[in-house]
Amino acid sequence: MKILVPVKRVIDYNVKVRVKTDGSGVDLTNIKMSMNPFDEIALEEAIRIKEAGKAEEIIAVSVGPSQAQETLRTALAMGADRAILVEATDSVNQDIEPLDVAKILHAIVLSEGTDLILCGKQAIDNDMNATAQMLSALMGCSQATFASKIELAGEKVTVTREVDGGLQVVSVTLPSVVSVDLRLNEPRYASLPNIMKAKRKPLEQRIPADFKVAIKNRLEIIETNEPPERQAGIKVSSVDELIEKLKNDAGVI
Amino acid sequence: MTVLVIADIINDELSSDQIGKTIAAVSELGEITVLCACKNAGTPAGKAAKFDGVKKVLAVSDEVFANGIAESFSSLIVDLAKDFDYIVSAATAHGKNILPRVAALLDVMVITDISKVISNDTFERPIYAGNALQVVKSKDSKKIISIRTANFESVSQNNDAPVENYTCKKMTISSFWVEDKIQENDRPELTSAKVVVSGGRGVGSEENFEIIEKLATKLGAAVGASRAAVDSGFAPNDWQVGQTGKVVAPELYIAVGISGAIQHLAGMKDSKVIVAINKDEEAPIFQVADYGLVGDLFSIVPDLEEKL
Ligand SMILES: Cc1cc2nc3c(=O)[nH]c(=O)nc-3n(C[C@H](O)[C@H](O)[C@H](O)COP(=O)(O)OP(=O)(O)OC[C@H]3O[C@@H](n4cnc5c(N)ncnc54)[C@H](O)[C@@H]3O)c2cc1C
Ligand SMILES: Nc1ncnc2c1ncn2[C@@H]1O[C@H](COP(=O)(O)O)[C@@H](O)[C@H]1O
Repeated sequence: MKILVPVKRVIDYNVKVRVKTDGSGVDLTNIKMSMNPFDEIALEEAIRIKEAGKAEEIIAVSVGPSQAQETLRTALAMGADRAILVEATDSVNQDIEPLDVAKILHAIVLSEGTDLILCGKQAIDNDMNATAQMLSALMGCSQATFASKIELAGEKVTVTREVDGGLQVVSVTLPSVVSVDLRLNEPRYASLPNIMKAKRKPLEQRIPADFKVAIKNRLEIIETNEPPERQAGIKVSSVDELIEKLKNDAGVI
Repeated sequence: MTVLVIADIINDELSSDQIGKTIAAVSELGEITVLCACKNAGTPAGKAAKFDGVKKVLAVSDEVFANGIAESFSSLIVDLAKDFDYIVSAATAHGKNILPRVAALLDVMVITDISKVISNDTFERPIYAGNALQVVKSKDSKKIISIRTANFESVSQNNDAPVENYTCKKMTISSFWVEDKIQENDRPELTSAKVVVSGGRGVGSEENFEIIEKLATKLGAAVGASRAAVDSGFAPNDWQVGQTGKVVAPELYIAVGISGAIQHLAGMKDSKVIVAINKDEEAPIFQVADYGLVGDLFSIVPDLEEKL
C-alpha cells in the first residue's frame, strides 16, 4: 500500500502574526515558515505504519509556491520516500483554496493509486479545516476526521475521532481519507544523516494543468484586519480584592 | 433567498444552544428551514420548531443518521441542496466534519467558522488563530457556511413552525460507527456556559484538577483546559479550549496555571471578563486578563472557592 501525505508550508506556529496596516494581508516577509504542525503528525503516523510493515511507500505532496520545496525536503528527511511539488502560484502570499488543493490531490491519488491519505486536520494559517473532507468527497470514499488513534487491519481502518462530547470510534473501509488531530503522536525530528539523504530522494515538479485543474479562487479576499485589542486590565493583590472587583466592578458573580 | 440550517443532534438530542446561535447568525440571509436528521427526529424537530425565525423543520428519521457519519449526512444534504441558496451549520465537530464534504460534492468552496455576516455574499472569519480577521466575498452561487457560534446570541424560542417528515433515498456508505466514548457530567456545556474555569499545565496532575472542578462547581461553571493539560492527561480532550479545541466567549473566564499561548488565547479572548491566576507575573495571559492575580494556584484557588 502507498500512503499519500499532503503537507502545507505555513507560518511557523511560534511566530507572532502581524497584519499589514493597509489591510492587504499578513506580513510574511522574512518570517520563519514551517510544515503545518498537523501535517508533521500525519507524516509521523504514515512513517510508523510503514515501519510496522503495513505500507511500502510514502509520498508527500505540497501545493503552493516553489518555496514549498523546503517543506517537502523536511518531509523527505523525516521519512517520506518521494515528494511531489505542485507549483500552483508564484506568490508566497497567495493561498490555494482547499477545493483546488483537493482536486489536485484527487488527480494524484488516481494516478498513483494510493488507498490511504493522511491529512492534517487544519492548516494553522487559514484555519479552514476542509481539505480532507473535500478530497474524500471527490474520491467518493469514506472519511475519518480528527483522528487521535489509527489502527490498520487489512482493508479496514479503525479510527478514534475527537468529537465535541469526547471520542467516537469509527471503522472505515479503504480507500479512505483520514485527518489527524494533535494527540495522535509526537512527530520525530529529522536527523542530520537523514537530512543529507533527503537531498537525493526524488522530488518531482508539476503544475496544476498537468492534472487538468485550473486554480480559481472562489473566495475573494476583500481585506484582512487586526482583531480588536483587549483593554489592558489590572493586577489585584488578593483573593478578597478579586472577589470585590468581580462583584462590584464587573458584575459577573 | 432560502437557508438550510443543519441541526447538531447527538443521540437524538438537539443542541439548542448551537442551533439558536446559528439561526441568529443567518437570520438576515433568508427564509430558514432546519434539517433534523437522526434516529428518531420527532423530538428534536419539535424543539427546533420553537426557535424564532424558523419557517419550517424537515425531520428525517433513519438509523443511518444516528451517529453523525459524514457520508450519510452529505448525501442527504446534497439531495436537498437544489432548494437552498445557503447551507449552514454550527462549526462544531459535526458541522466541520460534514459541510466541506457537502461543498465539494456541489463544487462549491466552503466558508468555515465565520464570525460575522457582512452582506449576502460577504463574511468575516478569523484566521491565524484569531490573530487576523479576514473579510471574504464568495463567488459561488450556493454558499456553504459554518458559524463560530460563540460570537452570536441565541434567538428566542416563541415560535411554532411546521414540521415536515422527509424520507431519504437508500445510500451505500463505507464508514461504520463502532462506539461513542462520551463523558457525561452535570456541568453546563463548555460552549454555552456563562462561566468557565480552565486549568493548565500548572495544575500539575489529574488529581489536582479537582481544585479546578470544585471552583467550577461553586460558580456553576463549565471546566476547560489548555492543550498542555489535556496532553498531560490531567483533563479529557473535549475540555480543550483554543485554536484547535473549542471556542468559548462566556461572561467570565478564569484561567488557572495557563501561560496564555496564542493557540489558547484563540479560544477564549472574546470572553467578557478574563481572570488569570498564575505564579509568573510575566505570563502572557496577563496581557489579556481584566484581573490578574499573581501567586500560587494551590493556595489561591481553594481560598477563592471558600470565600465565594
Ligand atoms: C498546532 C497547534 C495547535 C494548538 N492548539 C492549542 C489549543 O487549541 N489550545 C491550547 O490551549 N493550546 C494549544 N496549543 C499548545 C500551545 O501552544 C501551548 O503549548 C499550550 O497552550 C500551553 O498550555 P499551558 O499554558 O497549560 O502550559 P504552559 O505554557 O506550560 O504554562 C503553564 C503555566 O502555569 C503556571 N504555573 C505553574 N505552576 C503554577 C502554580 N503552582 N501556580 C500558579 N501558576 C503556575 C506557569 O507559570 C505557566 O505560566 C497548540 C499548539 C500547536 C502547535
Ligand atoms: N496547499 C496545500 N498543499 C498540501 N497540503 C495541503 C494544502 N492545503 C491543505 N493541505 C492539507 O489539508 C490539511 C487541512 O488544510 P485546510 O483544509 O486548509 O485547513 C492540511 O493539514 C494538509 O494536510
